[in-house]
Amino acid sequence: MSTPTTPQPPARPRLGVFKLASCDGCQLTLLDCEDELLCIAAELEIAHFPEASSEPAPGPYDLVLVEGSVSTPEHLERIRRIRADARHLVTIGACATAGGVQALRNYADVEGYLATVYARPEYIETLAASTPISAHVAVDFELRGCPIDRGQLVEVITAFLAGRKPAIPNHSVCFSCKRRGNVCVTVAHGTPCLGPVTHAGCGALCPTYGRGCYGCFGPAGTTNLPALVPLMQRDGMSEEDIGRFLHTFNVTAFTAVEEQGQPGTTDAEGPG
Amino acid sequence: MTDASNAGGVFEQRAETVLDRDGLDVLVRVLRRRGRTVIGPTVRDGAIVLDELDSADALPYGWGVELEAGRYRLRRREDGAAFAHSAGPQSWKSFLHPERVRQWSADRGPDGAPVVREEAQERISYAFLGVRPCDLRAIQILDRVMSGGRYRDPTYLSRRTGAFLIAAECTEPGATCFCVSMGSGPAADAGYDLALTEVVDDAGHRFLCRSGSEEGAAVLAELPRRSADDPTREAAAQAVSAAAERMGRSMPLVDLRTLMRDNLEAERWDDVTARCLSCGNCTMVCPTCFCTTTEDVTDLTGDHAERWRLWDSCYDLDFSHLQGGPVRATPRSRYRQWLTHKLGTWHDQFDSSGCVGCGRCIVWCPTGIDLTEEAHALHREAAHRERTP
Ligand code: SF4
Ligand code: SF4
Ligand code: SF4
Ligand code: SF4
Repeated sequence: MSTPTTPQPPARPRLGVFKLASCDGCQLTLLDCEDELLCIAAELEIAHFPEASSEPAPGPYDLVLVEGSVSTPEHLERIRRIRADARHLVTIGACATAGGVQALRNYADVEGYLATVYARPEYIETLAASTPISAHVAVDFELRGCPIDRGQLVEVITAFLAGRKPAIPNHSVCFSCKRRGNVCVTVAHGTPCLGPVTHAGCGALCPTYGRGCYGCFGPAGTTNLPALVPLMQRDGMSEEDIGRFLHTFNVTAFTAVEEQGQPGTTDAEGPG
Repeated sequence: MTDASNAGGVFEQRAETVLDRDGLDVLVRVLRRRGRTVIGPTVRDGAIVLDELDSADALPYGWGVELEAGRYRLRRREDGAAFAHSAGPQSWKSFLHPERVRQWSADRGPDGAPVVREEAQERISYAFLGVRPCDLRAIQILDRVMSGGRYRDPTYLSRRTGAFLIAAECTEPGATCFCVSMGSGPAADAGYDLALTEVVDDAGHRFLCRSGSEEGAAVLAELPRRSADDPTREAAAQAVSAAAERMGRSMPLVDLRTLMRDNLEAERWDDVTARCLSCGNCTMVCPTCFCTTTEDVTDLTGDHAERWRLWDSCYDLDFSHLQGGPVRATPRSRYRQWLTHKLGTWHDQFDSSGCVGCGRCIVWCPTGIDLTEEAHALHREAAHRERTP
């Protein structure tokens, strides 16, 4: 790790890490950056990161990473405060970018759940839907994954420090899968795989170990679910299985894709 | 480079000889002793992939494949053949034009200005064992793309120059093959150092072998071999000509270049778009698709930067992203770009078709989109339009 040659500038950019409704896995990815962590701490003042320090410093922050979805009335208020304190807001993980697995309730009877699960449902304050942060405040960048990929997180932070666009492609997992030299599990083994409609970022982790992708990074920049569904049926999945397959960590994002169909199949082409 | 120098038949072909299985063992040993990295087919993860071979034992003896659009299955072969398979998930491109290459790196110098270092080209002395005639043609096409013009790619040249190519003529085309339509097989005509034709019959398992270069002849001279007998010659010729009769696919008998050029607004493009996932698998497996993207990365300190080149594809929305958005925004325009380039405008750019009829894009397309079927459909639609003005 290189030590800065010039004396440390008096004010390093200040980093804040926050969470809403989430499992903490994504923010822990930052602590998992073992090789880069000291350098991150040297380049940024880690001002607010309760998982790492019990001494949170107040804003404003130059870079804020938020994991978790907006799930309660209190979150609604908090995310507005966080946004007001953040010069750059990056949301991380499936919860923050798509509402997370807890958004399954968006398609269910929340009152019924509350009454069944809790002895005193009146103590529970929850919104009817779990929503991504971008539904409420402006977001500068969304980093996908459940959990996010460590390398991609470092890339986003590095790009922020350099003032450049992060090198995070929007294409599907298939691109990473083929670049990695994998044998396609769908073509060679008849294993259902969501890779063709899922956003790259994990390096095609699941197909590398011989299993199908289950979409934990959410939809890719271009998707064509109607073309993929018949393959999954051919490979033995029922309609219900396919519904479950698509409706997990990124349920809202895949549902939106299902509802909109494939954008741009008609001939309304751009220039060229 | 062992390519163009032989292509015109400058080198006089040596007499044919016959190798047994142990001849192949020695061949791999000799090549390795000569400092070659030997790459060839081998079984991994339920497919016949290309990988480094430590010995000829790693060849897929007794394995064949069952191919269909969007479907690949290994199957056992009774005859123990090593080269009776086609359309694996990679091509030789993976070695000559790797998916990820660092082009340069830069560090901040003492005065703060960046000092740029060109990437030193690692010279790899490859020997490719079992190059099918279609793939031999694909390598010649890549030669033109990567080194034939004004810009000669140093990474490609460092891997391609002096590469030793051992062709395996095709005796077992797959159901997705159409090299006959593209004029690239099933016999190997040029561009190899050695060419093998595998023969398995009552007289045994053997390889009719001829050299196509000085080095090929020199290597052959080091192998245990016997002179070719007529039955082996006949069996080999018979197997290759029978393969030509058993192509699983064919292209319409029209000028494909004109077909592509004149049908840019065909309805068929909508039909195929409905089935296309824009997943890019077809371009990644194609032995001639060469497109890349550039990724500039920095480290956390900002004192170190690198430029990487990665495989990309016309199916990637970001691939045609210019200021204001992607030029090819719709999946329709992206599929059309791929097919019309491959079969049409490639001629304008590189003086040949970009397709050699290997069938990989058909097999490894998850939804089984078949470019021969698309070409037939475009042709039918055009013919129909002409009949009904
Ligand atoms: S295994 Fe999945 S991700 Fe990989 S190429 Fe096949 S469909 Fe795409
Ligand atoms: S392959 Fe799919 S499910 Fe597996 S880690 Fe990657 S995005 Fe997630
Ligand atoms: S377009 Fe398809 S059949 Fe033609 S060379 Fe490429 S992968 Fe092979
Ligand atoms: S033609 Fe097939 S492999 Fe190519 S992008 Fe479309 S779906 Fe993917």
